[in-house]
This record gives sequence, structure tokens and C-alpha cells, in this order.
Amino acid sequence: MKNKYSIFSLIKNAFSYHENWQRAWRDPEPKKEYDAIIIGGGGHGLATAFYLAKKHNMTNIAVVEKGWIGGGNTGRNTTIIRSNYLWDASAGLYDHALKIWEGLSQELNYNVMFSQRGVMNLAHNLQDVRDLKRRTHANRLNGIDAVWLNTEEVKEFCPIINTSPDIRYPVLGGTLQRRAGTARHDAVAWGYARGADAMGVDIIQNCEVKGIKRNGDSVEGIETTKGFIKTKKIGVVAAGHSSVIANMVDLKLPLESKPLQALVSEPVKPIIDTVVMSNAVHAYVSQSDKGELVIGAGTDAYVSYTQRGSHDVVEGTLKAILELYPIFSRMKMLRQWGGIVDICPDASPIISKTHIKGLYFNCGWGTGGFKATPGSGDLFAHTIANDEPHKLNADFNINRFVSGDLVDEHGAAAVAH
Amino acid sequence: MFLINCPYCGERDQSEFSAGGEAHILRPKQPTELSDDQWAEYLFMRKNIKGVQFERWNHAHGCRKWFNMIRDTSNDKIHAVYKMGEKPPLK
Repeated sequence: MKNKYSIFSLIKNAFSYHENWQRAWRDPEPKKEYDAIIIGGGGHGLATAFYLAKKHNMTNIAVVEKGWIGGGNTGRNTTIIRSNYLWDASAGLYDHALKIWEGLSQELNYNVMFSQRGVMNLAHNLQDVRDLKRRTHANRLNGIDAVWLNTEEVKEFCPIINTSPDIRYPVLGGTLQRRAGTARHDAVAWGYARGADAMGVDIIQNCEVKGIKRNGDSVEGIETTKGFIKTKKIGVVAAGHSSVIANMVDLKLPLESKPLQALVSEPVKPIIDTVVMSNAVHAYVSQSDKGELVIGAGTDAYVSYTQRGSHDVVEGTLKAILELYPIFSRMKMLRQWGGIVDICPDASPIISKTHIKGLYFNCGWGTGGFKATPGSGDLFAHTIANDEPHKLNADFNINRFVSGDLVDEHGAAAVAH
Repeated sequence: MFLINCPYCGERDQSEFSAGGEAHILRPKQPTELSDDQWAEYLFMRKNIKGVQFERWNHAHGCRKWFNMIRDTSNDKIHAVYKMGEKPPLK
């Protein structure tokens, strides 16, 4: 039984110099067999396990992770959460996640530091204006809060933006989703891990999957660096490495894995209290609670699993940042890193069964998976437990690439790729 | 970020090139005969290999010619570069 985190537990532990806190999750050896195994211990995988246990009573399950939980893209993203996507299917999917975010800290008894500071998307040319206004209307028809701001209102909402008409790509306006914001990415992984562990889920770290054993058309288990583990249901949530797992069963996915970069500056006093994204010039920025500017760059145009990314991509992003925010010209960047994102041709995810019985994939989140973590876990758990999709993820099946019924969200993806 | 030895221009910075994805995917000879599954395979499905991959590149800010390259995607090491139509020097 997990002790509840509260102001009282904080005071109580202060008396023992915070040296006697209970372990947040166990470090078990794998059992011989589980009812289901989730491959990938990032936010999405841990959330899937959490909701499998909580909503579907599947507690004899495991999450296997080749490194440390939350050490992949969960710890590498820019923590932006929003749901202002264009199409009905995406609006349903991402707003489902946003609604869970709004109560997540209470649900997990873990402060994920969800901060609804708003996300503003800028328009820099006439087509941007048309597209973003259209998206605003589409959002509102789907019950998602969105407003259009003209240039003066953009300046009022975020005064440090350079709205001068003589810059290379002038700000012609923008959209604002006030319910959007950020959360502490590590806390999301840790909170879900702690919650899942409390219900009996085994979280097995440093355990790499080497193969998937099949018997005809169904799965029998996984070969790992910690031996063979038997199971009838496998949920793959391996982000950039989804194709690596898929190739083990000769399944081809419509994915390309590319490095996506982000960087943070030295910490400074509060200067930007929202998230500002610009699709056209490819620069987005927010400020962490520590005071660092968190800046998202673009993807490299080629397949790579190196978790580095090219210098010219960062250079392009910083040029745009400096033009939009001249006040940042003397800021020093402290750290830069890359994460491997699995990109679908239509910039929408796949949460789907496959033609192999008992094998499910949750992948293709590309550059924007963090925001969907709770919703993705909830819907993927539903798909695995019932062997059929929830109505909110039915459109995100793998067969859409055969039927042609794509969910094209390149416009709302905010990272050009 | 790496250097690419363009078969026409020699060694140049990778930022001069644009990537064209997986190589040796043949254009269907009779598109009208294709089933939906075959179209999906041709248009969307990719091996996306972590390791040695065959791919197409274009020297976009140079000679603008297309060529093939064999590259290890796990460390960006380039094993070979060869012209379009040539047989891959590695299997």
C-alpha cells in the first residue's frame, strides 16, 4: 500500500530529514507470465499500464523498458499541452487527454505541475491567418476553447514579442487556447509509475526486448535481456523505436524516425508567462518554473536514431527566436538534446490493433505526443483490454493508410516535418 | 550532422543535401492494377531501419543530382555512396 502524499506526510518526513520516504515503485524481477506486457516505459506506456489496472482490472501486467522510465522522449520534450487540432477525430482525441490533465494531479496523488498558462500560435502571412482562423472555428464547433487575436492583442498578451511590421515574417495575429499549457514531464512518468505499481503492475527497467515469439497468427511472449516472458497481449509504445519492434514480426509501419531537438537557456527571472508557438518560422518558446527558456527546434529531414540532431536546425530556430524576441539576444543556451520521434505521413498517431492477434501498437505521435499522454494511455488500455478500439481512437487505426481515410494534421502539428 | 561525399561534387556538408527516404522502392509498373494494400505498401510503409539503411539523397544546394547512399542510422556513419541506377556496393 502506498502512503498518500500530502502536506502532513511532508511535515512528518521533515522530522526524519526526508530520509525515510517510501519507495515510489518497486524494482521487481520479471515473472514467467503476464496477462499483458507493455513495451516502453515512457509516459504513454506507463499511463497505459495505469489505466489497464485501474479501469480494466488487469493488474497481472508488466511494463518493460530498455533504459530508465521516462528517459526517452518523455524526458526530452518541451512539455506543451494543447488540444487545438483541426479535424473532429483529433479534437476528440486531444481534448480527451486535456480533460484528464485537468484532474491528473489529484487522480495520481502526484503533482504533475499542470499549468494552464495558455498556448498561442502565431500567423505570419495571409495563408497562416486563413488557416488559423479556420482552425479556431473548427475548434469551437468541437467545444474546444480557441480565440483569434489580432496583432495588438498578441502584443498585449505577450509583450516581449516583436510585432513590428518590418521584420522578415511580421506577426499578423494568432490563436490562443487558454486551457492549454505545460506540465512537468518527469512527474508524469513518475506519477503514473507510482500509481501503476501500487495496483500491482511490475515496472521492469533495463530490460530490452530482443524478439517477439509468435505462434501462427498470435503472440506468445517476448524475448528480453532478462529472459523469455510469456504473454498473450503485447502493447507496443516504443515511440521512435516502434519500427524496430515491428520489424521483429515483419510488420511494416508507415513511420519514419527522426531526431527532434530542443534546448534550454540559463535561468532568468519570469519574462514569458505563456507558450508561444510559430509554425511558419518554426520557433516556439516557454519558460520553465526554474526560469529557463525552453525552446523547441525542428526535426532533421532524414531518418536517424542518434538522439542528437543537426546544428543547422538549431541555428534556424534561434534565428527565428531572435527576430521575434530581440530581448533574448544575449541569452546563453545551456543544454541541447535530441529525441527520436516516429512520424506518420499524416502527422497523426496510430492507436490500433494489428493483423497479429494480441499485438497492439500505439505509435506515430511524431513531434507532439506528450500532450496526449493521459488520453493515449486511457484509449490504448481500452483497445488492449477489449481487443477493439474506443470510439475516440477508432479513426486512428493502422488501416487508414490502406483505405485512404487519413487524419491530416500537418497544419496543427506545429512542428514542420 | 555529417559530411556527405556527393558522387558528382565531392565532400560537402550535410546541410547542402535533402533526404529522399528509403531507396530502391520501385514505382509500380501498372498502377491501375494495384490493390489498396499494394498502394499503401508503395506509398506509406517503410522499413525505417535502425542500422544500415539504403536511402536516396539529393544535392539540393549543389549539383541538384539524386544519388543513393548506405548509412547506419544508429550512428550516422556513411558506408557507401553510389549513383542512381548503379548496383549497391554492399549487400
